Amino acid sequence: MADLTTTFCGITSPNPFWLASAPPTDKEYNVRRAFEAGWGGVVWKTLGEEGPPIVNVNGPRYGAIWGADRRLLGLNNIELITDRPLEVNLAEMTRVKKDWPDRALIASLMVPVNEDSWKAILDRVLETGCDGVELNFGCPHGMSERGMGSAVGQVPEYVQQVTEWCKKHSDLPVMVKLTPNIADIRKPAQAAKDGGADAVSLINTINSITSVDLDLFAPEPTIDGKGAHGGYCGPAVKPIALNMVAEISRSPSLQGLPISGIGGVTTWRDAAEFMALGAGNVQVCTAAMTYGFKIVQEMISGLGQYMDEKGFASTADLVGRAVPNCSDWQHLNLNYVTKARIDQDACIKCGRCYAACEDTSHQAISMSQDRTFEVIDAECVACNLCVNVCPVEGCITMEELSTGTVDERTGKVVEGEYANWTTHPNNPGACAAE
Amino acid sequence: MTNSPMTPGVAPARLAPEDLSANFADLHPPLDDHEALVAADRCYFCHDAPCIAACPTGIDIPLFIRQIATGTPEAAAKTILDQNILGGMCARVCPTETLCEEACVRELAEGKPVSIGQLQRYATDTLMAAGVHPFTRATPTGKRVAVVGAGPAGLSCAHRLAMKGHDVELFDARPKGGGLNEYGIAAYKSVNDFAGSEVEWLMQIGGVTLHTGKALGRDLGLEALKSDYDAVFLGMGLAGVNALGAEGEDKEGVLDAVNFIADLRQTDDLSALPVGRNVVVIGGGMTAIDAAVQSKLLGAQNVTILYRRSRAEMPASRFEQDLAAAKGVRLVFNARPVRITGNGRAQGLEAEYTVSGPDGLTGTGETFTLPADQVLKAIGQTLDGVPEGLKIEGGKIAVSGAGRTGVAGIWAGGDCAQGGEDLTVAAVAEGRDAAEDIHQTLMGG
Repeated sequence: MADLTTTFCGITSPNPFWLASAPPTDKEYNVRRAFEAGWGGVVWKTLGEEGPPIVNVNGPRYGAIWGADRRLLGLNNIELITDRPLEVNLAEMTRVKKDWPDRALIASLMVPVNEDSWKAILDRVLETGCDGVELNFGCPHGMSERGMGSAVGQVPEYVQQVTEWCKKHSDLPVMVKLTPNIADIRKPAQAAKDGGADAVSLINTINSITSVDLDLFAPEPTIDGKGAHGGYCGPAVKPIALNMVAEISRSPSLQGLPISGIGGVTTWRDAAEFMALGAGNVQVCTAAMTYGFKIVQEMISGLGQYMDEKGFASTADLVGRAVPNCSDWQHLNLNYVTKARIDQDACIKCGRCYAACEDTSHQAISMSQDRTFEVIDAECVACNLCVNVCPVEGCITMEELSTGTVDERTGKVVEGEYANWTTHPNNPGACAAE
Repeated sequence: MTNSPMTPGVAPARLAPEDLSANFADLHPPLDDHEALVAADRCYFCHDAPCIAACPTGIDIPLFIRQIATGTPEAAAKTILDQNILGGMCARVCPTETLCEEACVRELAEGKPVSIGQLQRYATDTLMAAGVHPFTRATPTGKRVAVVGAGPAGLSCAHRLAMKGHDVELFDARPKGGGLNEYGIAAYKSVNDFAGSEVEWLMQIGGVTLHTGKALGRDLGLEALKSDYDAVFLGMGLAGVNALGAEGEDKEGVLDAVNFIADLRQTDDLSALPVGRNVVVIGGGMTAIDAAVQSKLLGAQNVTILYRRSRAEMPASRFEQDLAAAKGVRLVFNARPVRITGNGRAQGLEAEYTVSGPDGLTGTGETFTLPADQVLKAIGQTLDGVPEGLKIEGGKIAVSGAGRTGVAGIWAGGDCAQGGEDLTVAAVAEGRDAAEDIHQTLMGG
């Protein structure tokens, strides 16, 4: 099987699967179990400054949403950074790193925005022998009310300033963890880069209320009748994270900035997608919290098999491979014409494609007395909704019309050459775009 | 003139060829890709999963199902075969309803377990169809091991030994390898010569030479094997058959069910196999069910299983009992054979009802007679030709630990040895574990 050894901003680990800074990495006991299960690295639960330990709520910390069969799709939390004494965490990190030298151990940090605080914590974590630090500018709840976490991450100037301090006071690779609770992810990423960051990691959790108790009329998780927004993560946030990773990957001014991809990674495929969009490795939390540390075994075998099938010798061969294909709408080929095709042998005649198309789209699917569903090419705009609502994999597909054939909907012959909106006759700005 | 289920006596071709082939088609047709994804989606990926504990070979079931769910059935197959090199056959013949699937938490939650056996078949079939053998041999050790019996235990042992770099000579008394996978087991559980293909696939590891037609005690001596090889593994199964102890047992038409099943498995023309109009099968295990169901599928008009104890005590699982009933087999409990009637040829079976009491099983004195052109005996097999020098306990070779007999250099496993249920999957586990122990011993552990 392919060698999954991955070097990410100078840190080598036996595979690209790291556990994100979160409850699973709060203790030596957990981290040892994680390494035994096969995780390539761990970002330790965020450390705060020395002093009275952090206090957490004593009611529920998590809320969730579920798919069919109660599959956990999204998790929300209101837990703060580690609530254990700094000394205890540092001693444990030192022991673990000593026993597991081949695994990546990263210290996640969050202290008030002043140089002395950052210098002080950096001096302490250096003693642990950890491989790098991650600056937690992402947590959107609790700590942000105290001017830390996402309160820093939302202000690029702060991001840059703190990054500069960290680079000044330590030789370790510095990774900046970004909050998605911002309009343009490239701004804090740029600030991190300008501050000298060795990498960015994203996304941290998203502001969220998962549900409302309709008897108490309170958001969940509910603490004595009240609720506060939490940070949302898990499979549900993956598309948001993928886009933000891609935004950074394809930004010319951010070229070469390593990215650690985070956000709903549950299977090898999720990880491969993040990596194809430019992530040098991935960090995982919700999947481990849902299924346990053993979940990494499927990620390892799956990514290895995929790399073998593709002939990739190392994970570096995969990283960024999809980035050149990330484009803007205006550059998409308007001469690319497809039509939906329904495989009648695979069709189970549920009619979901028909309902979706007839009620909410373009009336491009016909239904016969005997429940045969067929695409009406003269109406099909190739929107893909029927594909997405069909319960049978591969039953409905999109077929490209070959050059020279007539699109029955528009009556136009399909042209072979690429043409996009910037040159389209309907575009009032077409000339200006030339 | 054609025969029918009504044709008196014992006759071949009671059904049309197309009906016979439909009857003997795959009992559980393989899952297609969509079905496999839907089935895999139901697995909860339990921690320290009860299904793993219930599998004699300890396959990491949640992991392989997740590997199917994420589109890598080949990786799933590797997970299965790491633990159980005959995972393909076990997927077909394991009584999953009393093993992994009985333990599945969804059995508890909904009375409907994850289809573990079917998913296992999906994964292993995918890999085998691709012609992939995902194991390679370690550096040759120069050690030679004799494995007697090419059934599940012997094959599993031979493969693991070969993987470890040892050279294996594999002997079997029959003309083909595979043991009960080849000669036992209902035909509808192993269609398209799967047993033969699996042996061929398994041998791709290299370093194993199969010698057929070599029986211990007839062609091979244990002493000679012991001196010629660095280690010996005995996995020759149970070649003997228990006697009925009923009057008239020697009449024509009274057969050993295992031979009936073997003939059925080896024939290339089901129409040529004679079967009685009235068949009575004596016994309560899987062999009884397999023989009864197949008699019915061959076109027997009336098939009855006679079991001396109650339904609850029947070794065959409820699934197997229901399968038999669904095929039209009548199950008679608490009855034992007294005599087989008929002039030279079986015509009827006289039986007596029984009760279980403090003195064990006793007859009530009430008897009844069933018409019986064929009586198939499925009351257990015995160790035949016990090799000298080996300790026997409970009719089987006594072993301790991973198949160690009392004699240094000789290991035993599978049905011929003590311990475990007489199941393919248990034999595979025993062969594998013995191989690991042999390896440790030979390499100075």
